[in-house]
Amino acid sequence: MSALLQVDKLAKRFGGIVATDDVAFEVPEGELHAVIGPNGAGKTTLIAQLSGQLAADSGTIRFAGADVTRLPAWRRSHLGLARSFQITSLFLDLSVLDNVALAVQAHAGHSFHFWRHARSETGLRQPARAALEQVGLAHRAEARASLLSHGEHRLLELAMALAGSPRLLLLDEPMAGLGPDESVRMVAMLAGLKKRYTILLVEHDMEAVFALADRISVLVYGRVIATGAPHTIRANVQVREAYLGEDADV
Amino acid sequence: MTLTVRNIATAALFAALLLLPLYVQLTGDRFMLTLFTRIVIMALAAVSLNLILGFGGMMSFGHAAYLGIGGYAVGMLAHEGIVSGLVQWPVALAASALYALVIGALSLRTRGVYFIMITLAFAQMAYYIVSGIARYGGDDGLTIYKRSQFGILDLSNKVVFYYVCVALLLATVYLVWRLVNSRFGMVVQGARSNETRMRAIGFPTYRYKLVCFVIAGTLGGLAGALLANHNEFISPSTMYWTRSGDLIVMVVLGGMGSVAGPVFGAVALLVLEEVLSGITEYWPIILGPLLLLVVLFARGGIDGLLSAIKRPGRAGKEPA
Amino acid sequence: MTLFVEQCLNGLQFGLLLFLLAAGLTLVFGIMDLVNLAHGSLYMVGAYFAATFAAWTGSFVLGAVLALIATLVVGMAVEVIAMRRLYGRDHLDHVLGTFGLILFFDEAVRLVWGPEGLSLPLPSWLNTAVTLAPGFSYSAYRLSIILVTLAVAGGLYLLVMRTRIGMLIRAGASNREMVGALGVNIKLLYTLVFGLGAALAGLAGLMQAPILTVQIGMGENILILAFVITVIGGIGSVRGSFIAALFVGFVDTLGRSYFPDILRVLLSPEAASTLAPALSSMLIYLLMAIVLIVKPEGLFSSSGGR
Repeated sequence: MSALLQVDKLAKRFGGIVATDDVAFEVPEGELHAVIGPNGAGKTTLIAQLSGQLAADSGTIRFAGADVTRLPAWRRSHLGLARSFQITSLFLDLSVLDNVALAVQAHAGHSFHFWRHARSETGLRQPARAALEQVGLAHRAEARASLLSHGEHRLLELAMALAGSPRLLLLDEPMAGLGPDESVRMVAMLAGLKKRYTILLVEHDMEAVFALADRISVLVYGRVIATGAPHTIRANVQVREAYLGEDADV
Repeated sequence: MTLTVRNIATAALFAALLLLPLYVQLTGDRFMLTLFTRIVIMALAAVSLNLILGFGGMMSFGHAAYLGIGGYAVGMLAHEGIVSGLVQWPVALAASALYALVIGALSLRTRGVYFIMITLAFAQMAYYIVSGIARYGGDDGLTIYKRSQFGILDLSNKVVFYYVCVALLLATVYLVWRLVNSRFGMVVQGARSNETRMRAIGFPTYRYKLVCFVIAGTLGGLAGALLANHNEFISPSTMYWTRSGDLIVMVVLGGMGSVAGPVFGAVALLVLEEVLSGITEYWPIILGPLLLLVVLFARGGIDGLLSAIKRPGRAGKEPA
Repeated sequence: MTLFVEQCLNGLQFGLLLFLLAAGLTLVFGIMDLVNLAHGSLYMVGAYFAATFAAWTGSFVLGAVLALIATLVVGMAVEVIAMRRLYGRDHLDHVLGTFGLILFFDEAVRLVWGPEGLSLPLPSWLNTAVTLAPGFSYSAYRLSIILVTLAVAGGLYLLVMRTRIGMLIRAGASNREMVGALGVNIKLLYTLVFGLGAALAGLAGLMQAPILTVQIGMGENILILAFVITVIGGIGSVRGSFIAALFVGFVDTLGRSYFPDILRVLLSPEAASTLAPALSSMLIYLLMAIVLIVKPEGLFSSSGGR
């Protein structure tokens, strides 16, 4: 059975800068695959190409067996690919529930309905509340998104990715900017998601990565220098030099 | 609907509009009827613009084109001897919709400043096209000798016409309100708020924005048909790009965040113009900087100010 | 044949004039991220100043120079008083604010100079024809416009590409905070750039004045073309504006001359004469539409459809 996500020879340049350099890896269904690397390694660029915000220059991305390399982002979402953003990207002027309900609505048929009051549609509101429950934000459902704390924003990011019932979650630094308590809660949350979803996790927080990941890929200057189980990566000399050497306490 | 200052004020405004002919009857001030018919028609146009500007985040600087298209549909048909409103008005709507479809399809491929400039340029193109057609008056415009005929409904009766306009305004406000709160409206609002995210969660935003654009244009065309009937005249100057600017001013002045806000804006701007022009013939010299000040300090418009009363710093914004 | 060459030169002249206008617009947008609808007002002000100063001093050239300085001053004053407060705001705010400025300027001009337009007569030494080739002579004034605008274009190129200020302009365009952090006086830079844009607009206005009348609202008419050029060329790209302006100048001038004839071949004479003026005006917008279909961010966009 082929892996859920297969990336082959992916490449992307911005003028003279090589952001993604011949990247290849696979994520089997049910796995939590972490992508780590120093700043500027091209992790967000990689995620953007996988989810469709950015078009790769060359290479292929296969999702559930289908070639999605040239598919626009919204179509990939319908295939079951969901993404959360490193820099919080929400509908700040709408309520928390509205935010998630929109994510639900995107997968609930077309939206050329012009009359019925969308906020009273239980078919949209219920799954939205369920997603909020999952991340522990149900008590903030009516609040305006702009008024949430940073930690709550990161949870909302996650809720929106979950709301469309995806098969694969592309999580771009979900722990970015979180304090120590919030980080612990987020790790517990992600651990809870593990078997239900296939997850590609980009993260800087090494404790979280080694606690959660089934396998890890290391990205340096756009190139994957190693892929493997956490203990192999930890022991890998190249990786230590290039990256983990910076982070003494792993 | 909750009892807020803003909602009460809105209801009061609509009530006042409905009762205006009574006031005219009592005081014999027929000028007010003419003025407010124009205000109601422009309010309709402004409400339609707000659908794409305030809710959709699409900064169209070419909305006056629909006033022209709707108006010329009525004018050209009348000139050719077709005076039935049942033919003229659907043509006006259809022509506006078609124009919106074509222009929208092209313009919505762009964003931000480009979009502003492109909508402006296309509207000006319509202006030049119409100025060039000698048969329908060209630059001088076209007189409309007979208002649209609707059988029993006599539009040449100023009061009847006024009520037709008010009815259409109320219908438009209600329609836009339902639209904005529907699934469709959620998509349009979401696209305004964060288009990248909308696409990431699975919405093909372009098609929704285009449909929204067409709806707004069609309603603008309706306002155009009304305006042509009101003035019994149509000329290219109706769609000169500075008129699009006037519409944007009404929307921002009234408040972009609410469906009825632009009605306040139309009333405020046009009444202000009347008052100021009574004081000095150089009134735009006051209006210009005033606009700048509104932009800098009162961005939420009248609606924003009303919403701030009694509950200052209130979080969240209900639709309509 | 000579008519064709003459029309080509007219197209070149018109295009270069439009370039002056568009360059200012695109510079201000590229560097300050400011949509300036009142750019046309500066064009108008330049023309009015030129007509007035030329009448006062009796010299066309002196009047032009004074007008240029006056427009520069007005431009910088506008920047300090009004534009500064608009930086960093929503583009809609720019649109509304500068729209308000248009109303103000149009009315201010009416107040100062009255509702009737002015005229700017050419001095005799410019009001002649120059023989460019045997049997072909061209208006000396239009020729001088071409030469002056080419010189200005060249100067702009040198300024932006070869000087320190130009480097700051280009740097400012791509990274404002950085330039500020380097200790450069961003406020002054912006005022100067805006002033430069104003001067370019004023120059275009005063040069165009003898050919068209000087009247209120002349800015609004030509602003649209400047916008079309900016869209086609790509916002922020002066080079794009140059090429697009020439393109638009040629298409518009040659189109208006030859399109009615083309129509007459294709359609009946009556249909042709009815539709010709309308369709000729439409050509530029058609051009813009084509560019939009093919490359929505403009032909030479530096910022990729901001």
